Amino acid sequence: MSQRVAMTGQDIRRAVMRVAHEIVEQNRGTDALVLVGMRTRGVPLAQRIAVAIAGFEGVEIPVGALDIGLYRDDIRYRGIKPSIKPSDIPTDIADKNVVLVDDVLFTGRTVRAALDELIDYGRPKRIRLAVLVDRGHRELPIRADYVGKNVPTALDEEVQLRLTETDGRDEVTIVSDSAITGGSHVPASAK
Amino acid sequence: MSQRAPNSMLTDSPAEPPAWRHRNLLDVDILSREELMIVLDNADAMREVLARPVKRVPTLRGTTIATLFYEPSTRTRASFEVAGKVLGADVVNLSPSGSSIEKGESLLDTVRTLRAIGVDILVMRHWQSGAPYLVAKHIDTPLINAGDGWHAHPTQALLDLYTLRSRLGDLQRKKIVIVGDITHSRVARSDVWALTTMGAQVVLCGPPTLLPIDMRQGCNKAGGLPPVTVELDFDRAIEGADAVMALRLQKERQEAGLLPSLREYSRLYQVTEGRLRRAKPGAIVMHPGPMNKGVEISQSVARSPSSVIDEQVHNGVAVRMAVLYLLAQRPE
Repeated sequence: MSQRVAMTGQDIRRAVMRVAHEIVEQNRGTDALVLVGMRTRGVPLAQRIAVAIAGFEGVEIPVGALDIGLYRDDIRYRGIKPSIKPSDIPTDIADKNVVLVDDVLFTGRTVRAALDELIDYGRPKRIRLAVLVDRGHRELPIRADYVGKNVPTALDEEVQLRLTETDGRDEVTIVSDSAITGGSHVPASAK
Repeated sequence: MSQRAPNSMLTDSPAEPPAWRHRNLLDVDILSREELMIVLDNADAMREVLARPVKRVPTLRGTTIATLFYEPSTRTRASFEVAGKVLGADVVNLSPSGSSIEKGESLLDTVRTLRAIGVDILVMRHWQSGAPYLVAKHIDTPLINAGDGWHAHPTQALLDLYTLRSRLGDLQRKKIVIVGDITHSRVARSDVWALTTMGAQVVLCGPPTLLPIDMRQGCNKAGGLPPVTVELDFDRAIEGADAVMALRLQKERQEAGLLPSLREYSRLYQVTEGRLRRAKPGAIVMHPGPMNKGVEISQSVARSPSSVIDEQVHNGVAVRMAVLYLLAQRPE
């Protein structure tokens, strides 16, 4: 089994900071901005972006959380995830500029599910997508507006993304070899 | 998700709860503490869906649920129907009158017909204790017992558990008093299983004629139930209780000679404001419905802030959504 580090904790910190600046720049300020993280690891990332924005703009951005478990397209094929957590959208998103935040963008299917779920809460003015890692291999016509890092991967590789809040440390590694065992192994898009 | 590598199923974050392995929900007696928690946690997510402006998710799109009720019901049946529809399923309701059951079709034939029509999940209520077990033995369609005879009413127990947990938190060593006609109550039986599994201290109370016979004789394992305390004196039973659940008293019990009079029953066993003062401050009052106000519960208690009866009904939809979601799982 071979493993390479794609992002260190330092890299993650800088990428989050840059993405936070890009979001505010493109939004021309923080008006009507709402961040929504996709469970599990999109939520702490969204919170970090909000903290960064509060740091340089002095404005608190509302942060929500989505569990797309009820919107998956593969329930019939793969069995369900046994436990779903409540989604938590703290503010009316109608006419807001929503930035959806996820850890790894892979096939785009979870993002598709998140878009469907988000729209059930109201009609945002626009929805943009921020991800920490884009590993390629899209199966749907979906792209990210803000990318922490593009990490080209082979299909049989795994992207392990760890965050302090959920896994005790910050790191993105690429693991090739199918014989992966143990650890808080996070497949590229496990949600 | 579909992009998940096969070997990754085992190695997701360690907090991942165990998978759900039951195809049917016939009673709560076979559910472990962890499995009860899975249902309750999913019900939290379902409650959030019910609070949305648009109460519909696509989870069970293309799934057909049939409710087959051989006994009258308002809240259980309506609540399953709403639960299925909020999850995006199609729901068909059947009852004996106006169907082939009236023409003498057997239970198994009716269920086989439903399966042939394309029903994916069956919700059944039957007056005969054990009827869903017979069906589950012969038909592989996922089956939810919505009440069978005096035996079990698992989704009521789950919604009671959910309501208790949301009001009292961890139920470990909490004192829960169930008062009324225990003998004829499937709600009481399923509640005893669910509550004792969660570590609650259950006290059953009622007139001796309405307590199972082996319980009256001091054996606290009546009918194979887990250990509970039996107390005939309601004033003593309610002492320091965290929650009191009054059961519906069926008027037929008096006609059958099990009660001298309804007046005497309500004098000794009615949940009143006076009695409630003996319970722990902030104790909650529950009732599975439908209520006979003025018999097992006083009008004023039923409408007091201690009453969580409406909340039970509301939670019933969320809990049934959670159960439907778990049983809709296709084998890996």
